[in-house]
Amino acid sequence: MAGGGEVKLLGLWASPYVMRVQIALSIKSVSHQVLEQNLEEKSQLLIQSNPVYKRVPVLIHGDNISICESPVIVQYIDEVWSSSGPAILPSDPYDRAIARFWAAYLNDKWAASLRAIAAADNEEAKEAAVEKAAEGLALLEGEFTRSSCGRHNGKGFFGGDCIGYLDIMLGCFLGWVRLIEKLDLVVLVDESTTPGLAGWAERFCSDPAVRDFMPETGKLAEYAKKFFPKYKNPKMLL
Amino acid sequence: MAMADQTNVKLLGMWASPFVRRVQWALSLKGVISYDYVEEDILNKSSLLLELNPVHQKVPVLIHDGKVICESLVILEYMDETWKGIPLLPHDPHGRAMARFWARFSDEKLEPNAWTAMCSEGEEKEGALKRAIEAASKIEEQLIKGRRFFGGDDIGYLDVAMGWVACWLPVWEEVGAMSIVDPARHPRITSWAGDFLSHPLIRTNLPPKDEMVDYFHGKRKRIMAH
Repeated sequence: MAGGGEVKLLGLWASPYVMRVQIALSIKSVSHQVLEQNLEEKSQLLIQSNPVYKRVPVLIHGDNISICESPVIVQYIDEVWSSSGPAILPSDPYDRAIARFWAAYLNDKWAASLRAIAAADNEEAKEAAVEKAAEGLALLEGEFTRSSCGRHNGKGFFGGDCIGYLDIMLGCFLGWVRLIEKLDLVVLVDESTTPGLAGWAERFCSDPAVRDFMPETGKLAEYAKKFFPKYKNPKMLL
Repeated sequence: MAMADQTNVKLLGMWASPFVRRVQWALSLKGVISYDYVEEDILNKSSLLLELNPVHQKVPVLIHDGKVICESLVILEYMDETWKGIPLLPHDPHGRAMARFWARFSDEKLEPNAWTAMCSEGEEKEGALKRAIEAASKIEEQLIKGRRFFGGDDIGYLDVAMGWVACWLPVWEEVGAMSIVDPARHPRITSWAGDFLSHPLIRTNLPPKDEMVDYFHGKRKRIMAH
């Protein structure tokens, strides 16, 4: 059906996975309606359009199409609105494979280690989770260096001069990364341990396609208290 | 016909790995007949494997013209974009999204639970088994009636991605003394599996069943001894 048909996004402001889709829609200038979901009381629409997982994000396109799972949705957006805005995935098959490889790594391995820091209720568990998350970030620092070397100033994004697929897959977590650094007093992305990513993170967060969707830390902290009991501790209030 | 160079293709694999076999099926579909195959000993990984896939240290690893690609589903997409000829993914974005979604679902919900159910006992086994059956039922509900394959009249990306269900799952069911895909509960999957295994490009490209049963019995024993 190409780009025609109404577009709705079943979303949640605090979700990094939903943010991926919002960034993609923004890059492609796709006008759409966002329907904020309540995961504690799932709507009929959510259950019907995502019967398998019953979770956000879900992209509803026209009358018949529901796309679920953020990496699948972002690629769908890139393909449907291919003639609008810059490409999200790189054009070369090998570069695409690299981007997809790291996206799979982030989804299958790294995101869980980030969550584990927030969920850790003792120092030992926290340190173990931080170590794992830091290992992953070191790998991504390496990938950023590899992909940006030869580029002017070694800056830009994983995708080149513009935000691309891997930038979106990783960058969506930055709100939670910054919150966890603050509340758990840990360092994940910074000038000394991950210089490339530190600069990249600033550029990512201030990009026009991202700016409006990065959650505000105070608001995210309130939200975090609901899911990670240790953040309810008054000593950790910002 | 213009084709990407076949002679510079190397695959690091392991004969009993369902993820490696996916890549071999895809190579066959793409008409890449001659390639270097290196059998890896999973208990004694080669320095080449560790060098080429430092992140996961797993097979399959595809090397094409010196470019290294890891993760079977990533490899399938790379192959589809590199070798023209029979397309693996459908042409339309919706069809592609559906194929990608269900391949991920199979890898995230069906395979790990089927594996755990085979290699555990008691409550752990029961829980994994229940989740595996639920996952199979979701696939059954969503499978399109009246089409032989997920790809339509011929096999495609999702058939290749799900092919392990036709070939490995029955072995795991035998080794784990359990039933996940059942002809009464899952008639469409059962029928699809039969068609998949008898496809001309697949039936000559299957690991030997008896050896598979022995191999996974051995694996199960080793895992449960820990």
